[in-house]
Amino acid sequence: MNPFITHTGIVAPLDRANVDTDAIIPKQFLKSIKKTGFGPHLFDEWRYLDHGEPGMDLTQRKKNPEFVLNQTPYEKASILIARENFGCGSSREHAPWAIEDYGFRAILAPSFADIFFSNCFKNGLLPIVLSNETIDLLFKSIYANKGYTVTIDLENQFIVLPSNEKISFQVDAFRKHCLMHGLDDIGLTMQHSESIKAFEQDYYQKNSWLL
Amino acid sequence: MQAKTLYEKLFESHIVREEDGTYLIYIDRHLVHEVTSPQAFEGLRINHRSVWRSKSILAVPDHNVPTTDRSLGISDPISKIQVETLDENCKHFGLTQFPMNDSRQGIVHVIGPEQGSTLPGMTIVCGDSHTSTHGAFGALAMGIGTSEVEHVLATQCLILKKFKTMEVRVEGKLNKGITAKDIALALIGKIGTAGGTGYAIEFTGECIRSLSMEGRMTLCNMAIEAGARAGMVAVDDVTISYVENRPFSPKGEALEKAKAYWKTLHSDKDAKFDKVVMLNGSEILPQVTWGTSPEMVVSIEGMTPDPKNENDPSKRKSIEDALTYMGLEPNLPINQIKIDKIFIGSCTNSRIEDLREAANVIKGKKIAQNIKLALAVPGSGLVKLQAEKEGLDQIFIAAGFEWREPGCSMCLAMNADRLNPGERCASTSNRNFEGRQGQGGRTHLVSPSMAAAAGIYGHFVDIRSLS
Repeated sequence: MNPFITHTGIVAPLDRANVDTDAIIPKQFLKSIKKTGFGPHLFDEWRYLDHGEPGMDLTQRKKNPEFVLNQTPYEKASILIARENFGCGSSREHAPWAIEDYGFRAILAPSFADIFFSNCFKNGLLPIVLSNETIDLLFKSIYANKGYTVTIDLENQFIVLPSNEKISFQVDAFRKHCLMHGLDDIGLTMQHSESIKAFEQDYYQKNSWLL
Repeated sequence: MQAKTLYEKLFESHIVREEDGTYLIYIDRHLVHEVTSPQAFEGLRINHRSVWRSKSILAVPDHNVPTTDRSLGISDPISKIQVETLDENCKHFGLTQFPMNDSRQGIVHVIGPEQGSTLPGMTIVCGDSHTSTHGAFGALAMGIGTSEVEHVLATQCLILKKFKTMEVRVEGKLNKGITAKDIALALIGKIGTAGGTGYAIEFTGECIRSLSMEGRMTLCNMAIEAGARAGMVAVDDVTISYVENRPFSPKGEALEKAKAYWKTLHSDKDAKFDKVVMLNGSEILPQVTWGTSPEMVVSIEGMTPDPKNENDPSKRKSIEDALTYMGLEPNLPINQIKIDKIFIGSCTNSRIEDLREAANVIKGKKIAQNIKLALAVPGSGLVKLQAEKEGLDQIFIAAGFEWREPGCSMCLAMNADRLNPGERCASTSNRNFEGRQGQGGRTHLVSPSMAAAAGIYGHFVDIRSLS
């Protein structure tokens, strides 16, 4: 996993609430048994005018000019901003895989669905919750200034705007630690394998019908 | 002793360790399917890790499997590889799997309970958001991502924060024709698809107690559509009599010991929830979604909304976008919406009770001429067998339905069952997102009897008006 310390990038405005994981990566792409290669199909049904299937020649596909990621300069964006309840629906981790594979490192929204939120941190992707008012102001600034670029400083937990104004954000300490160091949390949990074994011994004694 | 909610009892009995509010929670049951597991198994192999407790796992292919003649195999080569990869992984790691041609194969959230693999008091995970279904048994059950699937495979634990608790209390008696699906949709209509975010929901009240296990599973299944990662119902006699005598459930002395514990799995009388939402069961009408999110729902007596009446510009745009996608005019009475396809199935509504309800509506009738396809897809091979024993298959077939093999099917259209662009479906599934049932497809979520009735009339009708 790529560590996340600071990141500077263009913010792409996806002005929608309830962006679900079916929209982020449609089901036909979930048949892959790999973790990579989902980026070209991120938001496939919104991004292209034809129906996408795995293995298609992307150069032959017709892009939807009205979709934000097909507009200059947003094809180069690495931060996404959206409205409430981003990532709702299916638990598919293919959604953050696709977002990360496309080149995004962070998502700003007033709220995220629980499973998606947790999946992001496992893939070097930082979801940041900001108030509705802040998100609204950011959308307005982005619409007024094409190529609106911000810097996210995870260690100090703030976003630096082009005006040099800083917006602070909250992030769970454990998740921040793992993200900043690119840590695999399985390795961390394995360090507690003796505690797990001790728990099991006691647990199965009490709940013997589970054996 | 401090009064505790059911969620707190389940959570606290599985804590391995805690540090600054981050918990390591022990997992009793891990359900696995073909779509969200290959990368997790690959991760284990790359890092030379093994499965911590192979006995905790039950695997089944369900998303990609064809619902037509299984002897022909899977025609889509990519789907085939995914199902074969699950077969190989289960063989390699020594896991129990019901492969595609096993009579016990079915949707993972149907077979877990059916086999007694889902038991009260358990922590249950699966790389699938609808794992909340199993909370119906007084279990803490939740959907996880593939990284977490790998984590549970390797360590038998999940890293979790405590959820907040929400009580959804449903008092009163449901009217005839109203089902758990209508309760779920009415709740989502009330609190929204993000209303339960950060919460574990417990469904309580007279109305919930009177539901069968099938109904409780439907309700907990849809908790995720209200944003809650887990939904649950306290254990009572209905739970215990369902669980007894299942292949994987405890027997004899072990069962008696288990029962004594299971009976403690309810919220204490004075337990405090962070939030309480009340619904009156007797006021719930048959529900139909009109838009592209489960919260875009009205009763059969209602009509599509008029964006002009919405002052919030962001919400107004959502309504306009949804009506455009769905091909519907504002202020259109729901019972005038014509349907192209019917789907009865999914982890929400494919159990025997659901099939009985639908069959009861269509018995002796034929689907309307404008219905291009009506699918009845049982949730498991055993549900299918039971339905056939009761003659339900013949009722569906005589009415013009296709009687299929078990799987997720047109709930998410990963196999060949799907909507074509612009087609409109009355569906007993759980998500009406854009493209969910096929690109450009239009989904209306309803109960099994409402879907069946829409099939007969060719448009939505009030199930209460049918004798």
